[in-house]
Amino acid sequence: MDLKEKLISSYFAFEEQVDTDSEIHDIRSEAIKNFETAGFPSRKDEEWKYTSLKSLLKEDYSIFPKKEEALDYKDVKQYLAHDIDSYNIVFIDGIYSSHLSQTTHDKFDACLMSSALSKPKYKAIIDNYFNKIAPKGSGLNNLNTAFSREGAFINIPKNVAADKPIQIINLSTGNESALMLQPRNLVIVGENSQVQIIERHQSLNDNPVFTNSVTEIFAEKRAIVDYYKIQNDRKTASLIDNTFVEQHQESFCSVHTFAFGGKLVRNNLEFYQKGERIDSTMKGVTIIEGKQHIDHNTLVHHIEPNCESHQDYKGIFDEKSTGVFNGKVYVEKEAQKTNAFQSNNNILLTDQATCNSKPQLEIFADDVACSHGCTIGQLDKDALFYLKSRGIPEKEAKALLMYAFANDVLESVKIPELKKRVNKMIAEKLNVNLGFDL
Amino acid sequence: MLKIKNLHASVEGKEILKGINLEIKAGEVHAIMGPNGSGKSTLASVVAGKEEYEQTEGEIIFEKQDISELEADERAHKGLFLSFQYPVEIPGVSVTNFMKTAINETRKAQGLEEMPAKDMLQKIREKSALLDMDRKFLSRSLNEGFSGGEKKRNEIFQMAMLEPKLSILDETDSGLDIDALKIVSNGVNKLRTKDNAVLVITHYQRLLNYIVPDYVHVLLNGKIVKSGGKELAHKLEEQGYDWLKEEAKAL
Repeated sequence: MDLKEKLISSYFAFEEQVDTDSEIHDIRSEAIKNFETAGFPSRKDEEWKYTSLKSLLKEDYSIFPKKEEALDYKDVKQYLAHDIDSYNIVFIDGIYSSHLSQTTHDKFDACLMSSALSKPKYKAIIDNYFNKIAPKGSGLNNLNTAFSREGAFINIPKNVAADKPIQIINLSTGNESALMLQPRNLVIVGENSQVQIIERHQSLNDNPVFTNSVTEIFAEKRAIVDYYKIQNDRKTASLIDNTFVEQHQESFCSVHTFAFGGKLVRNNLEFYQKGERIDSTMKGVTIIEGKQHIDHNTLVHHIEPNCESHQDYKGIFDEKSTGVFNGKVYVEKEAQKTNAFQSNNNILLTDQATCNSKPQLEIFADDVACSHGCTIGQLDKDALFYLKSRGIPEKEAKALLMYAFANDVLESVKIPELKKRVNKMIAEKLNVNLGFDL
Repeated sequence: MLKIKNLHASVEGKEILKGINLEIKAGEVHAIMGPNGSGKSTLASVVAGKEEYEQTEGEIIFEKQDISELEADERAHKGLFLSFQYPVEIPGVSVTNFMKTAINETRKAQGLEEMPAKDMLQKIREKSALLDMDRKFLSRSLNEGFSGGEKKRNEIFQMAMLEPKLSILDETDSGLDIDALKIVSNGVNKLRTKDNAVLVITHYQRLLNYIVPDYVHVLLNGKIVKSGGKELAHKLEEQGYDWLKEEAKAL
């Protein structure tokens, strides 16, 4: 039985476990039908030309992990940004871990999707927001929706600035020989409200994990949302991260993606601007080696006038790793005075590394400033000589240049401890000690 | 300290240096002058160990060892310093952090412990004062957005920090106004001791009013065609290089 068939037949078992007498269940049933029609994407789809899921689909994944695994805090501490005072929503093999988590319902909700989906007090919110922006045509989104029951639910009402960042941590134990996870997150940030979120997926051993995650983010008027994705997983873990953002008037939303690990990672990141004077920012650093594959597929949909979008993705590819950047910018006819900037710069460290960079601009308004640029190159030889002439050996000199190359993406990280942590990850990734805190 | 014997070098198959002989002793200041395209910067790069330049013949003896096969960083560890004509911009790495890395890598290569942070800071303070550098300058990204003068001052600051035995100053005067030129040459002069040496590479005599050479060599078409005292520089300033070109032709 192939994975698609297995998932469809598992859906009946899933129905045994959830409340089928709800509107959510109608959405799920619809979604499984859509998945049945759409299936998994293949390289024949233009959007998936450079990323093949084939190697992932042949595993025999367990769809339902048995039970919550108890993990000791000390064993997983390193995967939480523990030096940051934060709310934590932690899942182990897709199941909520209360003893590793610190949720809140105090001034806002940072809690579980399962309770939001089942409790009457959240019904109006779920009706308004759940599955409203995740595109209906995508097989992967539908698959996630069909099996949606757990994830993080973050609901910040009007005029509230979250007092600390919120971390969403998805751990997998490897107790299943191969595991498929479908976390579903919903983030609603009300008018004039503010939140910072850190999301991470981490497997604890080398059994294959395939995560198909969907996150919907709503930023209401003048909301400020900063979302940081840490992708530094083992080389046996694969992730398809589908993140959709709907923004309203004068809101600001940034998504930073630090892609340092995993076997195959695909980031589908889409922004929809529904209001004027919106700022959407997408930044990413990719540093991979071996046969790792990371694909950033972005979309900004400029619908109304006077909005901005900024995209800045940097990639460093060693050995036989492969990277993809596919950045789409749509500017509707009504979206006059749009400022849309996109840049994608890549360094290939070997002859075997590859990178496909594809900017796509579709502009229907006539009074806009849109720019895009992509480069694929090697490290600058003159710069390397300069550093070496100061006594810095080749390896360290290269690392310093790579660090310098990736650095502007880090500049805009607003949580200092996180910035430090990512810097450390970069230093580890480049395998150097440069004699100062990166 | 430095002895260059019959040095030939080419870049992309084209021979640029065609048999250079030069000896520099501790405590001396030498100047190499020559028109554009004579091979001055190539000589500096070859001695410092730039990989794109291929040394096809000859020897570069530095501190009694032929360094021809050494990497640029290994040459630096032995006490060789090149002040670049065009210093490279490295965004995201501050001048201070860059210096820390350079100094500690050099110390590591020399079998020394890392310099304690306190000493490093003290040294940075002292040497930046020598070059009249603003403290803010030190936290800026290396050479990024620096004016021509700031870049050159930063080069000499690095020289002061690394305390090399031999400093090669490649067109250090280019892009400098008169005030910056004074600060930079004053810095170089203060760093001079009887144990170190300086090789100034320049197109114009101007810099040599401030960093006064013991010997002046004229490089033409990849060869040193004339050597003399500092008065040779004055003659070149007045008469240009044409008379030497005639002489060279006559040979």
